[in-house]
Amino acid sequence: MSRAGERAAQAVLFLCALAAVALLLLLTAFFLSSGLPAIREIGWKEFLLGRVWDSADRAAPQFGILPLLLASIYGAAGAAALAVPLGLLTALFLARAAPKGVAACVRQLVRLLAGVPSVVCGLVGMTVLVPFLREWLDLPAGDSLLAAVLVLAVMILPPVVELAEDALAAVPAAYEEASFALGATETETWFQVTLPAAGSGVLAAVALGIGRAVGEAMAVLMVAGNVANMPTLLGSVRLLTTGIAMEFGYAAAGSLRQRALLSIGLVLFVLVVLMNALPHLARRKGGRP
Amino acid sequence: MSEQIILSARGLDFYYGPAQALRSIHLDIPAKKVTALIGPSGCGKSTFLRCLNRMNDLIPGARAEGSLTFHGEEIYQKGRDVAALRRRIGMVFQKPNLFPMSIYDNVAYGPRLHGIRSRSALDETVERSLRAAAIWEEVANRLKRPALGLSGGQQQRLCIARALAVEPEVLLMDEATSALDPISTGRIETLLGTLKDRYTIVLVTHNMRQAARVSSRTAFFLNGEVVERGPTERLFSMPRDRRTEAYLTGCLG
Repeated sequence: MSRAGERAAQAVLFLCALAAVALLLLLTAFFLSSGLPAIREIGWKEFLLGRVWDSADRAAPQFGILPLLLASIYGAAGAAALAVPLGLLTALFLARAAPKGVAACVRQLVRLLAGVPSVVCGLVGMTVLVPFLREWLDLPAGDSLLAAVLVLAVMILPPVVELAEDALAAVPAAYEEASFALGATETETWFQVTLPAAGSGVLAAVALGIGRAVGEAMAVLMVAGNVANMPTLLGSVRLLTTGIAMEFGYAAAGSLRQRALLSIGLVLFVLVVLMNALPHLARRKGGRP
Repeated sequence: MSEQIILSARGLDFYYGPAQALRSIHLDIPAKKVTALIGPSGCGKSTFLRCLNRMNDLIPGARAEGSLTFHGEEIYQKGRDVAALRRRIGMVFQKPNLFPMSIYDNVAYGPRLHGIRSRSALDETVERSLRAAAIWEEVANRLKRPALGLSGGQQQRLCIARALAVEPEVLLMDEATSALDPISTGRIETLLGTLKDRYTIVLVTHNMRQAARVSSRTAFFLNGEVVERGPTERLFSMPRDRRTEAYLTGCLG
């Protein structure tokens, strides 16, 4: 290729990369400009720490998102608490313990699980999981934080497995060889050398999982019950995402209610950005040269 | 001069899949001596070394035939506890392969693995191993720092300390100085001099002068066979086989 052609090609690549960055900046600008005014109007403290969300009350609406925020955090943390150990062990199995054929088969199935649309997960949760919880735990209704946690755990499992397996596969064989040479068995080596050595990649998998769980709306909407209670494990909850999804259509354009929902969008955005930044920050502090 | 034989190969054949890497090896390794294995690349000396602690097991399709014993017991016996074998026969690799952990945790890894939990016992083992590997003075005040921050030569001595921490009887060194500068190499050779009274050392090296300097016995490998073996001094000054002589004078390999 000619020099000019070479330069043009590289310019196109740069512009494409720039477009992605520009979109993110636009998104950030949008959320800041649309989300901040309502928070100022409601008051930071009342908005973030207010325990009552009652936006439909025309006379005296209350815009405290603490129940939604906590439900989102609990939901994501609970899902991660279930999916991360399961996902890590699955990844370890795939990356090290499994015979090649079995690994390929399980990997394919995990990918299939990743491809199940969120609304289908919700549907199964609604028709199978929720009635089961109601019967089994003898609840008035099975729609609950617990149901949301279980559905979210299933949904974030595939990306956690996939990312963790990549991280484990990237661990140099020399580390494991050193461990074997010291008289370690395979399991001892995998748990004490391979997993820790994959540290930052594993952390990225965890963060991605939590980020996905925080951001998921559709499936959760179908199983969580959607009452804006302060969250309890077996009670009905509303999350940040489901709050927006449920109410936005009912909020009058330009009303404080609609703008408060945009502010929830800002909070979600910040949460997800934080989750994504976490592994990078940890890596920088990790002290590996 | 009577010497105790600790490792002994009798008609050892070794295969990587269909390819034969070792042909009918007969070789005795005396206890508490340094034995050097020399020969051109691909001659089988590293393969033989990795038979001794069964590190070759990690390669799919690898298999051994014939007899290879450690204290008279077959190394490749069915049902042999390989982890226990490797605890008694330690290994230092060509490239330093420290774990991405602190200096202390690297050395304590083996002892912890084998059940030592008490803080004071671990501290003691770590210090003793670091002293034995002649690196204590350099790292004593930064035991909690990442091991991978050390220089190449220091890393390799730390690898030796880590191997010594599980108190092996035999130390296998697979071209352990080939990635190091001459000064670091010299330090490790001096260190071997102090270790040979307590440990049996088997050393694979491409560096003929190193073999001459540190070993008391030498075996010359060529094309998967042991061409000649004997006391280092004799083998280097009066090689009996034409091929040994050719290799030593640089006409082969």
